[in-house]
Amino acid sequence: MWTTKTFLTKTKRGNVLKIVREHYLRDDLLCGSAACNVCPHKDDELVLDANPESICGLFDYNHYLVLDTNVVLHQIDVLEEDALKNVIILQTVLEEVKHQNTAIFQRLLEIIGNKKRNFYSFVNEHHKDTYVERKPGEKQNDRNDRAIRKAASWYASHLSIKNMAERFPQIVLLSDDENNRKLAQEEGIVACSVKDYIENVNGYAGLTDKLSKNVIPESCSKDALYPAHLTPTQIHAGIRNGKLHQGTFHASRDNFLEGNVTVTGYEKSILLQGHIGINRAIDGDIVAIEIFPQEEWRQPSDIVLEDKAEDPGDFLEEESQLLNTKKTVANDDICPTGKVVGIIRRKWRQYCGILMPSKFPGATRHLFTPAEKRIPRVRIETRQSDILASQRILVALDSWPRNSRYPLGHFVRSLGPIGDKNAENEVILLEHDVPHARFSEAVLACLPPDDWTIPEEEIKKRVDLRSICVCSVDPPGCTDIDDALHARRVGDRYEVGVHIADVTHFVRPHSALDREAAARATTVYLVDKRIDMVPDLLSSNLCSLRGGEERLAFSCVWEMDENANVLSTKFHKSVIKSRAAMTYEEAQIAIDTTSRNDEVATSLRTLNALAKKLKQRRLDNGALLLASPEIRFQVDSETHEPLEVQAKRILDTNSMVEEFMLLANVSVAERVAADYPQSALLRRHPAPPPANFHTFLKAARRQGFELDVSTNKSFSKSLNEAVIPERPFFNTLLRIMATRCMQQAVYFSSGSKTQEEYYHYGLACPIYTHFTSPIRRYADVVVHRLLAGALGADATHAALLDARAAQALCDNLNYRHRQAQLAGRASVALNTHILFKNREEIESAVVLAVKRNALQVLIPKYGLEGPLYLPSDKFLYNEEENIQICNDIILKTFDELTVRLTLDSTNLQHRKLVFQLVTPFIPGVSYEKEKADDDKMDVEIVEPKTNVKKRKEVSEPKKKKKSKK
Amino acid sequence: MPGPDLLSSQGLRLDGRRPNELRRIRCKLGVFTQPDGSAYLEQGNTKVLAAVYGPHQASKSKSSVEGVVVNCQYSMATFSTGERKNRPRGDRKSQEMSLHLRQALTAAIKTELYPRSQIDIYIEVLQADGGAYCASVNAATLALVDAGVPLRAYACACSASMAWRGAEPAPLLDVGHVEEAAGGVVLTVASLPSTGNIALLELSHRLHSDYFEIVLSRAMQGCRDIEIILDRAVREHLAEGWTKQDIVTI
Ligand SMILES: [Zn+2]
Repeated sequence: MWTTKTFLTKTKRGNVLKIVREHYLRDDLLCGSAACNVCPHKDDELVLDANPESICGLFDYNHYLVLDTNVVLHQIDVLEEDALKNVIILQTVLEEVKHQNTAIFQRLLEIIGNKKRNFYSFVNEHHKDTYVERKPGEKQNDRNDRAIRKAASWYASHLSIKNMAERFPQIVLLSDDENNRKLAQEEGIVACSVKDYIENVNGYAGLTDKLSKNVIPESCSKDALYPAHLTPTQIHAGIRNGKLHQGTFHASRDNFLEGNVTVTGYEKSILLQGHIGINRAIDGDIVAIEIFPQEEWRQPSDIVLEDKAEDPGDFLEEESQLLNTKKTVANDDICPTGKVVGIIRRKWRQYCGILMPSKFPGATRHLFTPAEKRIPRVRIETRQSDILASQRILVALDSWPRNSRYPLGHFVRSLGPIGDKNAENEVILLEHDVPHARFSEAVLACLPPDDWTIPEEEIKKRVDLRSICVCSVDPPGCTDIDDALHARRVGDRYEVGVHIADVTHFVRPHSALDREAAARATTVYLVDKRIDMVPDLLSSNLCSLRGGEERLAFSCVWEMDENANVLSTKFHKSVIKSRAAMTYEEAQIAIDTTSRNDEVATSLRTLNALAKKLKQRRLDNGALLLASPEIRFQVDSETHEPLEVQAKRILDTNSMVEEFMLLANVSVAERVAADYPQSALLRRHPAPPPANFHTFLKAARRQGFELDVSTNKSFSKSLNEAVIPERPFFNTLLRIMATRCMQQAVYFSSGSKTQEEYYHYGLACPIYTHFTSPIRRYADVVVHRLLAGALGADATHAALLDARAAQALCDNLNYRHRQAQLAGRASVALNTHILFKNREEIESAVVLAVKRNALQVLIPKYGLEGPLYLPSDKFLYNEEENIQICNDIILKTFDELTVRLTLDSTNLQHRKLVFQLVTPFIPGVSYEKEKADDDKMDVEIVEPKTNVKKRKEVSEPKKKKKSKK
Repeated sequence: MPGPDLLSSQGLRLDGRRPNELRRIRCKLGVFTQPDGSAYLEQGNTKVLAAVYGPHQASKSKSSVEGVVVNCQYSMATFSTGERKNRPRGDRKSQEMSLHLRQALTAAIKTELYPRSQIDIYIEVLQADGGAYCASVNAATLALVDAGVPLRAYACACSASMAWRGAEPAPLLDVGHVEEAAGGVVLTVASLPSTGNIALLELSHRLHSDYFEIVLSRAMQGCRDIEIILDRAVREHLAEGWTKQDIVTI
């Protein structure tokens, strides 16, 4: 059955530790080729075609391709195209790729999994005829190359067995390593470089565009523009003896010739300036830097500098403008400076942006401008520049040789026409790293059939609640209903139940579906689009607790007295049949219509009454009622264009549902934390550090309110008392600003924090988790499993008890949630821009914050906010008082203004809303209505005029502080 | 997820075995002349020596009229693991191992035949690469056979753990050190395969009862496979012994 030769693989780790591992070689591994007459294949094991037709002009015979590791690492974009088929991926390659780049490894697995592509992964490392042992003194890389060649020649001879001459597929080895190709040819293997192969492929236009321009960056010393980077060993030695420092490079948003690196041991981050100082580092890279002596430390420049519109070719321009910044300023602003001397690790991803076609007709080299301002432009080669010029495109970086002003990259794919809604959404998703590809076959295979109904035996295992009057209340248009409620009187008490969709019944641990959901972590909501965490069949159908349909649920049932004190809590899996899926508004009407006395209405009234008591108790405990301006778009159902914006309305029923969800979450949190002291997934909200409140308190004091922020309870109380009767919006505004002072709530595993740290500041409860939205949050899925395990209602699995895995999971959840939030905001901004494309509005606004060169203003009607820039020649900024002064006009936080809203589209990738002051009137600053009203003709002229003004604003001193958004 | 990569997409384990395959087992009986019985056994890179003295008259304190007293002493060589570590004899772990060994071996020996007697079994792990307990039981069984101690059946021990191939559970047989370190649950069984009796069962972590059955049956299958290997070794040794070894020793 199997050969039992033992080979010992020796590896050294750390100091001198010899690890000896067994390595079994087998004779039962298949070659996967339909042309093979030897291996005992079953039909589904034949991956490679018997007659793989050649698509490459260089080879006029049938062949399979064998790739070396670097081809996969560098040319994954080419491989993802459908062009190449019948490719053998050796285990040697697979393992090296996995080791070097997990993202590419995943993409490779995806290709191998796609049956149409005929990619076969051959286990050459365990095949008795293809295993090669490392020779003494041989480098690992050389051994692996040898293993690849060995497997290639084995395939060639294996396929020739019992096959007629010239009728069986040959093997072509693709490698960009010249030496490897030479050795292959000596061993009688046909080898070819990727570039030669791809350029001779017929019938796949645009394939060459995807070729990675992978040059070894340090080798191009001729005409070098940049100093060479140090080698890894030099960097290592430098860091060890303290001459060099390691840190992550952050490019400046406003000035493409500036960036900084945070280094341990320095309070301020290290400033890097100029092409040479940055020396080809790209935002996010981990770099090694050298810090200059203190005499050379300087202040960050105050100017906005964009890379010039035209391609200057391969030379670096004068940087005098940047470097002549005065060094005389106060010591506070002086930063340590330094320069990049080497790259420790590139953190490149794919970037969205637009192509700027070369001025020369017929040129193939073009510049690409990324949407992210921190990323430099990229030079790419394409023959389709005419088509691509009007599109949003995705580009991957390949290398940045010393003699190239720009990094080199290649075109990956087009996202659609600029301005097109789908293309713009795609940009938002890609830039925020939101996984949004269609669900793979493997994931879809985990789903139950479309017509799935609850089997009888499943019902028998559960508590049958189908006879109970359960209903759900959600926002209008909600199709992923994950919670439903019920309440009824039992004797002199109430029984209240929260029923949550039983997602874990379908999403089983270890399945492809589970892994996909864990990676996505959350459903992402854009204004006109939803990117589901689990496939539609589950999210909108089988898990969604729709009205009138039997559904599986995980229930939390309390017994309460009339003061909403919880007397007992039960958890169990159940079957429910929701009587009605209502909107907040419908539920509100049902409660308010006193003539309605049906079961649903009574149940809702009971819930509402209890919820009010729960809420009061929560507020008494010190929970904060915070506010954030939330915008709701009315979206055209067909074109998905936004029609109108308005601030969200809050009804009684909103808080009714929220109250019970909070209670369920708290109840579940207590239970899982007790049962899993090390690995329960919880959510905490740390108290904000006092410094966060500094400016906020000052602004409130100016309005005559002394807020006490020492505890959440006192804070909540003083917020409640801070009311100005004639300004009803003032209190909400305070709360909006209070929200900005808060920390982010985060997931964590119970073992990683002390009990005191579990505290949720905003909700004022000692322990909290997420249980109520498993359709759209993976955290809830995990909590469901934990609770089911604790109750014995479902299988536990080892990962539930693994504290380390739990923390790693939390890190991913926190990251994804943050990205989802940012993506949601970007989507709101996009839709706002579309809405304001051809209109201007004059609205009342309030000042949220005063910045060095701008006011942060909010328009309550829309919930929109943005900066209102103030020219520094007219305004004086008083940092101490946090006010802006212009003659006798003082602008401060909480002031009410009138502003004019327009859209600035001068930069296609960075459109923004422009806020202009209307009142108070300041000559030369405020927008003058009369001018526009003068004549209809003038309207046409006003537009360009404002544009000129805006451009001026762009070159104004940049903001000192980043606005906290 | 525990050990998501313990099985490759082709269904092979890290060292190239399939889930139901044992490591290579090599063994030899009668490696020493001094003890009454001895054996050397390799299970992959785990290498164990076992020596048996007795049955001989028991010391007063231990003596029992019920049957023979089995005395086990387990120890690990200083050089048995990657990091050299001085292991005092009789540390807590060794004591526990000794007890477990005794339990499995007592079940195999026909103890009632030798009242007031004692059998001493010494086990030294020369190299540990996962599954030291299993290899010790298997080696001790061979040494007992070599010593001519009457047995009810071969005592064989084998481990198994959980892994998934996609969503399908695929229990792994005969867990090596690398797989052990990956953190999955390891079930160790010592049994008398020909009678179907289980002498000892140990779980390293909690394992859900849904999976217990399949992991246990995999481990039992391993015990049966090992019994065949041990039995073959005994027969070869006997055949060889009559022709060669005895002539040399005489
Ligand atoms: Zn074959």
